[in-house]
Amino acid sequence: MKNYIENLNKAFESRIRLGIMSILMVNETVNFASLKEMLEITDGNLASHISALEKLEFVKVNKQFIGKKPNTTYASTDLGRSAFMEHLNALESLIKKTN
Amino acid sequence: MEENKQHLETLTEIRSLMEKSTKFISLSGLSVVAAGIVGLIGAIAAYVYLEIDFKAANYYDYAYNNDGTTNFNFINFFIINASTVLIVALSFGIFFTARKAKKNNQTIWNASSKRLLANLFLPLITGGLFCMILFYHGLIGLIAPATLIFYGLALINAGKYTLIDIRYLGVCEIILGLISSVYIGYGLLFWGIGFGVLHVVYGTLVYFKYEK
Repeated sequence: MKNYIENLNKAFESRIRLGIMSILMVNETVNFASLKEMLEITDGNLASHISALEKLEFVKVNKQFIGKKPNTTYASTDLGRSAFMEHLNALESLIKKTN
Repeated sequence: MEENKQHLETLTEIRSLMEKSTKFISLSGLSVVAAGIVGLIGAIAAYVYLEIDFKAANYYDYAYNNDGTTNFNFINFFIINASTVLIVALSFGIFFTARKAKKNNQTIWNASSKRLLANLFLPLITGGLFCMILFYHGLIGLIAPATLIFYGLALINAGKYTLIDIRYLGVCEIILGLISSVYIGYGLLFWGIGFGVLHVVYGTLVYFKYEK
């Protein structure tokens, strides 16, 4: 039982961070506005969670301009993807164990 | 046990976010029903205009005058009829979809709806150009079957980005298009079935499955 809990990644304890990763797992790139819409949270809240994931190198940020408008897109890194998969596996094992 | 429930909830949430971020699920069944009814009215208008009965073949003979020149009244009628059907059907589609999106707390113009439209319109525009080429070659009898086939392919392509059920509609349209390209001349009848009847049936099924 202990082992499985250790495999749960601390970074994904927050539902929002887990949500950001879920979206980035199935989309190549996603911009800030779309993330905000899907997660239904405030700008500041989303920005702080993204920068936490960025620090862990789970998410890479790509800043570019469309005309004069800044358009920042986000994508998951290989490290982020494997961490997410591990976390999912751990969750699954935990559920199987208790059943 | 309580913890287990929490983990399960987390998994459900992950799955729903993955689906919501890739698929545009607000496409309303009612909009498809409306499109079908408008399509049927368009087909009936064509029959009334041509003054022929519903089983009549060779409607496209009217495209040419007796002396072999192109009958522009006929062509204009079809262009006006088809574009009116398209515009009215699209307006209904946007109206009902916007309404459902509002209910789902989704916007109508977002990454997933753009992706859906791009994937829908690529085969559709190809089909449209192909039909113009058929017309250029005088193969008018094949235009109705070709529209059905390309429309079916477009729906199957779009199925990756919206409710998966739309693929069944796509398969039906393709089968109908293929049958109709064997029985050339009954294009209007197949058109009425494909764009009218099938839409009404599919839209009703989807409405009761997901929206009721």
